[in-house]
Amino acid sequence: MRPRGAGEWLAYGLLYLSIILVTLPVAAVLFIVISRGYSAISWEFLTAMPRMGMRAGGIFPAIMGTLLLVLGTVAIALPLGVMAAIYLSEYASRGRLNRLIHLAIVNLAGVPSVVYGLFGLGAFVLFLKLGVSLLAGCLTLALMILPVIITASEEALQAVPQSFREASLALGATRWKTIWNVVLPSALPGILTGAILGVGRAAGETAPILFTAAAFFLPRLPKSIFDQVMALPYHLYIIATQVPNISQSVQYGTALVLVGLVLLVNASAIVLRSYIRRRRSW
Amino acid sequence: METTACIIDVAGLNFYYGKFQALKDISLQLEPRKITAFIGPSGCGKSTFLRTLNRMNDLIAGVRIDGKVMIDGRDIYAPDMDVVELRRRVGMVFQRPNPFPMSIFDNITYAPRMKGQHKGLDDLVERTLIKAALWDEAKDKLKASALSLSGGQQQRLCIARALAADPGILLMDEPCSALDPVSTLRIEDLMQSLKNEYTILIVTHNMQQAARVSDYTGFFLSGELIEFGDSNKIFTKPDDKRTEDYITGRFG
Amino acid sequence: MAIERSLTIDSIDVKKSRRSGRWSEWVIERVIQASGLLTIVFIVLIFVFLLKDSLPLFKTHSLTALLTGRDWYPISDPARFGLVPLLAGSLAVTLGSIVIAVPLGVAAAIYLAEVARPSIRESVKPVVEMLAAIPSVVFGFIGLLILAPYVKSLFDLPTGLTAMTGSIMLAFMALPTIISISEDAISAVPREYREASLALGATQWQTISRVMVPAALSGITAAVMLGIGRVIGETMTVLMVTGNAALIPHSITQPVRTMTATIAAEMGETVQYSEHYFALFSIGAVLFVITFAINFTADIVLHRFRRVGR
Ligand SMILES: Nc1ncnc2c1ncn2[C@@H]1O[C@H](COP(=O)(O)OP(=O)(O)OP(=O)(O)O)[C@@H](O)[C@H]1O
Ligand SMILES: [Mg+2]
Repeated sequence: MRPRGAGEWLAYGLLYLSIILVTLPVAAVLFIVISRGYSAISWEFLTAMPRMGMRAGGIFPAIMGTLLLVLGTVAIALPLGVMAAIYLSEYASRGRLNRLIHLAIVNLAGVPSVVYGLFGLGAFVLFLKLGVSLLAGCLTLALMILPVIITASEEALQAVPQSFREASLALGATRWKTIWNVVLPSALPGILTGAILGVGRAAGETAPILFTAAAFFLPRLPKSIFDQVMALPYHLYIIATQVPNISQSVQYGTALVLVGLVLLVNASAIVLRSYIRRRRSW
Repeated sequence: METTACIIDVAGLNFYYGKFQALKDISLQLEPRKITAFIGPSGCGKSTFLRTLNRMNDLIAGVRIDGKVMIDGRDIYAPDMDVVELRRRVGMVFQRPNPFPMSIFDNITYAPRMKGQHKGLDDLVERTLIKAALWDEAKDKLKASALSLSGGQQQRLCIARALAADPGILLMDEPCSALDPVSTLRIEDLMQSLKNEYTILIVTHNMQQAARVSDYTGFFLSGELIEFGDSNKIFTKPDDKRTEDYITGRFG
Repeated sequence: MAIERSLTIDSIDVKKSRRSGRWSEWVIERVIQASGLLTIVFIVLIFVFLLKDSLPLFKTHSLTALLTGRDWYPISDPARFGLVPLLAGSLAVTLGSIVIAVPLGVAAAIYLAEVARPSIRESVKPVVEMLAAIPSVVFGFIGLLILAPYVKSLFDLPTGLTAMTGSIMLAFMALPTIISISEDAISAVPREYREASLALGATQWQTISRVMVPAALSGITAAVMLGIGRVIGETMTVLMVTGNAALIPHSITQPVRTMTATIAAEMGETVQYSEHYFALFSIGAVLFVITFAINFTADIVLHRFRRVGR
């Protein structure tokens, strides 16, 4: 690339500037939460119950709550999402129905998270009478990450060479046996990447659990799936806006744990994906 | 040819990809335990024909077929025909070696395992690999990935994999086109030794190969079976001018 | 004897597996099919439940009053549920963020697709994904503690919690969507176009600005629309940084309250199945319809673009 004339220099200059402005916020967020939050991080902070109206002690129940929510969410969304992706990629013919399902997925992905929260409240908490509970939260979050998992899994399935399917079918394997023994194993790493991205998404969301699962303050672990839970993102919202006279180090410490968790999850998905691309053998 | 002796009996077969007719009124009968070669210019329908015999074309949306294809005396397009059974009976080797990304052992035992056979697999692997002339090269690395084999070895593995399904008929679609001359010769030898047990149909662009290995030859041109008969005759004095032109290289 | 049969994937194998008694596979395949169809069921269910819990509002209030009312006084007596200030709040924040994010995002996409070396592209793209991964509550938190005080002192305002603060934070959240989809669109332009232009003696910049970007324009448009959809639906960030005053703003340096923030802030305090509850659900329904329309249109645009592009 060789710019010609002042106009082009300016244009390229702006392009470079844009890339700096785009990468800057990630660096800034990381820098801010790390530099201001790390002093709060201690063994006690991670493993103790909150005390003094959440101003002291630890954030253990919030961390555990988020882990439980994420686990339950993935347990629901992963099988459902992978099966839907198998249908789209291996069974559905490329017709109207397929297009309709894709439109549904695109729109599911576009539904605002707070609307998922409303739906969870109306459908799971009240209509199915699950109450504000871990289960209702997981169901709501599962619905929200379903498009992520379907899209990633479908992509992974489509990347499996057609020749694998033909070879298996020509050997007299049934369609399902072909999928189970040949297609799915080859697509597994890609599906896993999608699942991890879904985990990251579910771990960071607040609005969907606002009215379905999250407890303002509950200094214990949930006793059953019908119990409320604390969750990291909601806890950060609470201590940032609803708790007066709280030390900034507790706030930033909580933010650091949340950001660290979510970025770690996402980084592992990115690493896994580039690993797949490098060692893909076909 | 008497009908009792024929294992594959095709009559009035037409095949369409959507509106495009890829096979036009094909009729022929094949004897068991013979090698039949199909030749013809690119796009003339050889692969399509082969794939009608194990119904691999079913996988393509919007195709249509009419006519009769009988294998072992059964109409394979009859509504009560089980495709899975058919494909176990009629094995296929593809143009490009396509081993699964599994171990050599798992590749070969794939079809038996799909049938629910889990005993005697070690024996079976040995027998099949010997048949496919791959035993000496592969016996020490049965657990190694099939992708670690060379292209020629991979193709012999694919042949072994097809044989392990215990087919009576083997369809081979340009099995040597991705291989070097030495591997090609080994596969031709292999075909000769398999002839005692299997009915083999091979598509090839290599005239010498067709002449060397086959008992019968069929010549396709734009979806039609122009000429079918004894290989010696087809390659020395064909009846049809178009066959002669193609074989002498004018169609290339 | 000619037998005609139409072969399609669906007809053949499914029948076969039933016929040969492979019942377990038949069941599995039905379950898989059901999962595929479930996605449609879900989107319909969401809308049905939003309607179910918002329609009772219209026993006491009219739809026009909701959509054109200029007052949102949910707990006064009688309560007034006018969406206009909330719509205005959402609109102000969205417009502001789009003004920032579109030029920035499209420029970054052009850079990544056309200018950047592969090594740079491969290291910047994960950063963009990281940006997408940062939870909205964290953006809200940073906006609240870092950006708001700056805005307050810079413009000498009574509060730093304004529409503008929200716009800036939301711009970051719209960027990943705009960048990744625009970049895909530009990369999907056939390379022949670029080669043809360069072969005619155009400079690289001329090629980018006169050939590549115009050819990718509908894809970029879709990217911008999806970015807008993302911003309108964003909740926690705006809840934390826009000040939450349900007033029609006259300038972007005033506090506003968006539709999403209203739901999030007030649902916790309502009585279930009360008027207020129904009113919040009707905001949800309005949001759903807006985002559905945006995503639907964007997808149609993208779909057409891909078909033409190939
Ligand atoms: N899936 C398909 N959809 C539509 N048309 C097809 C499809 N597969 C093949 N055809 C067409 O059918 C004709 C026959 O194709 P076929 O693959 O049988 O040729 P071939 O003789 O095997 O050629 P080659 O020697 O190149 O392998 C060709 O004109 C081809 O374009
Ligand atoms: Mg062919």
